[in-house]
Amino acid sequence: MNRAILLGIGALVAAAAVAPALPSYPLTLLTQVAIMAVLAMSLDILLGYTGLPSLGHAAYFGAAAYAVGILATERQAGFLTCLVAGVLLATVTAALFGLIAIRATGTYFLMITLALGMVVWGLAFRWVSLTKGDNGIAGVPRPELPLPWSLSAPLPFFYFALVATALAWAALGTLARSPFGLTLKGIRESETRMRALGYDVWLHKYLAFVISGAFAGFAGVLWAWYNGFVSPVDVQLVTSVETLLMVALGGPGTLAGPALGAAMIVFLKNFVSVYTKRWLLILGAVYIGVILWAPRGVLGALRSQR
Amino acid sequence: MCLSEPLALRLERVSKAFGGLRAVDGVELAVRPGERRALIGPNGAGKTTLFNLVAGALPVTTGRIELFGRDVTRMPSHRRAALGLTRTFQVSNLFPSLTVLDNCLLAVQAPTTAKFAMHRPLARDLALRARAEDTLAAVGLADRATAIVRNLSHGEQRQLEIGLALAGRPRVLLLDEPTAGLSPAESAAMARLLGRLDPAITVLIIEHDMDIALELARHVTVLHYGRVIADGTRDAVRADPTVREIYLGA
Ligand SMILES: Nc1ncnc2c1ncn2[C@@H]1O[C@H](COP(=O)(O)OP(=O)(O)OP(=O)(O)O)[C@@H](O)[C@H]1O
Ligand SMILES: [Mg+2]
Repeated sequence: MNRAILLGIGALVAAAAVAPALPSYPLTLLTQVAIMAVLAMSLDILLGYTGLPSLGHAAYFGAAAYAVGILATERQAGFLTCLVAGVLLATVTAALFGLIAIRATGTYFLMITLALGMVVWGLAFRWVSLTKGDNGIAGVPRPELPLPWSLSAPLPFFYFALVATALAWAALGTLARSPFGLTLKGIRESETRMRALGYDVWLHKYLAFVISGAFAGFAGVLWAWYNGFVSPVDVQLVTSVETLLMVALGGPGTLAGPALGAAMIVFLKNFVSVYTKRWLLILGAVYIGVILWAPRGVLGALRSQR
Repeated sequence: MCLSEPLALRLERVSKAFGGLRAVDGVELAVRPGERRALIGPNGAGKTTLFNLVAGALPVTTGRIELFGRDVTRMPSHRRAALGLTRTFQVSNLFPSLTVLDNCLLAVQAPTTAKFAMHRPLARDLALRARAEDTLAAVGLADRATAIVRNLSHGEQRQLEIGLALAGRPRVLLLDEPTAGLSPAESAAMARLLGRLDPAITVLIIEHDMDIALELARHVTVLHYGRVIADGTRDAVRADPTVREIYLGA
């Protein structure tokens, strides 16, 4: 546990230290990693800690990104409005979807979250008057903060994203080690025993679902600012699958592992895209590889080595 | 015995059907507060199913269940637990990848509001931790607190099974074959542990080992094909011809 925290802090410090020396392309990738790490960690609360495999996490990420895209372009909304509205929309969406999804377990939970994710994708695609449909919302401005550096430059925005990631990691880490966090692990291990002990299992799962959605929304807000462009790609199934893979690849139930998984998937995707368009095929191969050789993810495999 | 005092547990014509099989069939049961009651019967008699009905893990098909005079027939299991009803499982039902201490902490914090705290580390809650350690000491696992439950011996897992049930300070305790799979020495230790239980706790125990069942409980209920076929003091039940036939004949 402590080793993972040290590793994570080491990675944050190292990234902050090398960033000024990096050319713009690797810096962009690192920024993507930081944001996707937040998304992966938010899913880890569900998948790794509570044992709920959500295949619709892009819905909350995308809902928040759209909120920022629309508010920032049409209403010239600033930092706080975008942040609050994005996270709030993601939270409300998760609170609604959770009512439907939480009764189901295992594969059924997977399928329901997938279906709900498709609903959001369908809205993004079809509600053209609001979302501009397939064209997406372009020209989303980055927020102005009372800082000496403008966030429109890559380096300041990278540091901004890094700080946001560190904050999200600290918050989720505190949650994971809290009494409530332990109840989530208990649910993952034995729901029947949790009920016998007097826990309202539904309520704890629901709270985890909503909190997870809120943090996915936080990642979505950062993504809209980073990318300057919001489109149905952000809410599509592939984004949910990639997120699930980040968690599985890095090591579910460790937070630092999914962040590492985010780095691996982001770099792999950008590296592979130079040579081929068959990203989904590669993604599938990575998934099979994880199942075969590291069912508990990279961090899990490293741990059992010792 | 004071008559105005409500029964700890009362079952009225409780039945459970799995398809065509009546696993529990019109069971009547009345257990006084503080009583020790043994529930015996051959394999498949419906003993575990009866516990599942009382605990709320399964819904009844027909009938009524009262806990301390309160109708709990339709109450979900976690709310029955909050009223002081706890059970153990015939096949150990623990949190295998967590430590022994974390297992116990889950049981200790269940009746408290601490279970919803998200902003502070559990490790800092010394009161909860002290209670968890007391419970572990009571079931003889004090020196195993940091072990991962999956790595415990079968006997230790049975001890923890009891520990989890005791940690929430139950008023009614349902024990489903606490000695299942234990060696004779381990069974004897378990019997001593059960003999030390707070006399205020009402205990229903399913037990295949007659010696342990009759040592602990003066009152015995016999189940056979889902029905109560005998109910009385241990001597009366021992002398009952049907019981003798089931246990000595066939
Ligand atoms: N969930 C279920 N679905 C269908 N049938 C069940 C279910 N649970 C139990 N049964 C059946 O109900 C009957 C009673 O089972 P139960 O487990 O209650 O017996 P038991 O008295 O606890 O037996 P044992 O001494 O072997 O533990 C058995 O015939 C069993 O197969
Ligand atoms: Mg049984």
